[in-house]
Amino acid sequence: MSILARIKSFLGLEAKPDKEAKPKQEASQQEVEKVAEEKAKPRIGYIHLSGCTGDAISLTENYDILAELLTNMVDIVYGQTLVDLWEMPEMDLALVEGSCCLQDEHSVKELMEVREKAALVCALGSCAATGCFTRYSRGGQQAQPGHESFVPIADLVKVDCAVPGCPPSPEIIAKTVVALINGDMDYLQPMLDLAGYTEACGCDLQTKVVNQALCIGCGTCAMSCQTRALSMTNGRPELNEDRCIKCGVCYVQCPRSWWPAEQINKDLGL
Amino acid sequence: MVLGTYKEVVAARSTDKQIQKIAQDGGIVSALFCYALDEKLIDGAVVAGPTEELWKPAPTVAMTAEEVLAAAGTKYTFSPNVWMLKKAARQYGLEKIGTVAIPCQLMGIRKMQSYPFGVRFLADKIALTVGIFCMENFPFASLQTFISEKMGIDPSLVEKMDIGKGKFWAYTADDVYTLPLKETHGYEQNGCKVCLDYVAELADVSTGSVGTPDGWSTVLTRTDAGETIFKAAVDAGVIETKAMDDVKPGLGMLEKLATDKKTKAMKVIDDRKAMGLPVPYKASSEKEDPLANV
Repeated sequence: MSILARIKSFLGLEAKPDKEAKPKQEASQQEVEKVAEEKAKPRIGYIHLSGCTGDAISLTENYDILAELLTNMVDIVYGQTLVDLWEMPEMDLALVEGSCCLQDEHSVKELMEVREKAALVCALGSCAATGCFTRYSRGGQQAQPGHESFVPIADLVKVDCAVPGCPPSPEIIAKTVVALINGDMDYLQPMLDLAGYTEACGCDLQTKVVNQALCIGCGTCAMSCQTRALSMTNGRPELNEDRCIKCGVCYVQCPRSWWPAEQINKDLGL
Repeated sequence: MVLGTYKEVVAARSTDKQIQKIAQDGGIVSALFCYALDEKLIDGAVVAGPTEELWKPAPTVAMTAEEVLAAAGTKYTFSPNVWMLKKAARQYGLEKIGTVAIPCQLMGIRKMQSYPFGVRFLADKIALTVGIFCMENFPFASLQTFISEKMGIDPSLVEKMDIGKGKFWAYTADDVYTLPLKETHGYEQNGCKVCLDYVAELADVSTGSVGTPDGWSTVLTRTDAGETIFKAAVDAGVIETKAMDDVKPGLGMLEKLATDKKTKAMKVIDDRKAMGLPVPYKASSEKEDPLANV
């Protein structure tokens, strides 16, 4: 199934075959409403691989919408500490935090199972999306010296959308969830495209922007850097590699990497 | 729509004699920020302030009228103001931030507001963006070339720079020096060549000299916030206006320059696409309005 079809199915927008529709007509009004109600609440799982829980914390910082979201809009059906369930159920959407350690058989198995059980897989946060600072791992540490190789989850399974950030801001998580529930495909398109951006580094600004004659020295990259690895020197980004965590946020926020003109005009009312 | 979406366009200038004296044109940016600070519509503004090195600006947070005025006047080189926005919120603790920005900086700000991937609790704090018309920007060394080499002036004597009427101007206390604009060609920042925005189409309020007489500025109000604040400043008497139809050279000149910039940029964009080079904008064949900033 295409990503679009899967998202439509997640949103309950897919066309229903006629043969399914007929028995429903005979069912009582109550039952129809119950089905509609169940269908309206997407089943979401939160899968925690090699990440710091920062992405989950950022999600919970949406205090103003969280109660409504969890009570009336979605069902959290799976997740460590969130749901008392051992067996991974079928899910409409799996939010995956953390990169995947190739030496940890449990992580690899869980990720494979996620892909099997979830209609949509979303890499939430830069560890899942780009590997982020787990890219620097070389093993040899306690408690498991053999745990050496950490990769973005798209290296192992097909990822439908990515929300980079270390962590992603509470606002982008809220905007993404709301767009998913409203079926706003225009807003989500960049997240679908970003699923393919798995090898990120602050040096992308040099190779993909400055080297390509696109940099205009606006400072958006340096502003967005979450570890202050970037500064601006003579109108160009200067990277302190020792501070860069390879989260990809600088290049993702750069107005010269991709340009969501229609969305911006819509948001501004222009 | 080469001027972007706007509500109203007028000729305007600050009524403050001190601002008139030090401002680039009509002093609209200074007047708006001073008014907004006075009325507590913003807590501070990110501006291109002076540094120890003459004519090399740096993003600065202005929290008083004095600090706004210290940054008055156009600087023709980089001041990455967007960089300072997060500091304005986190280190200065501002809840309502104003900023002056050129079109590309507004693109960075607006993209961040619509898609704040890694930018936490800043998007909602941008209270007022004043955009300035921009044909291109210059690396600092290009300015040195114009002033020291081509015009033969000691940069420390230069009190004001300007671009207009086909020339690059430098004013000292005693003299006025000019350089034909074609002498500056080739010294522009390269990234400007694909830019489709001349009049800061994404600002709350856009302003610049083109279209109005010396000492005045053209002002376009675009968003609801921009319209409200500009009208309030006019009602308060800190800005005076004239109808665009009553001034020379008028809106036609602005439209012409905007069209020229967009047409040139579209050709570069199409050429780059033909060469397989990346560019974030659509090819002219891919969009309804070939000059739109998409």
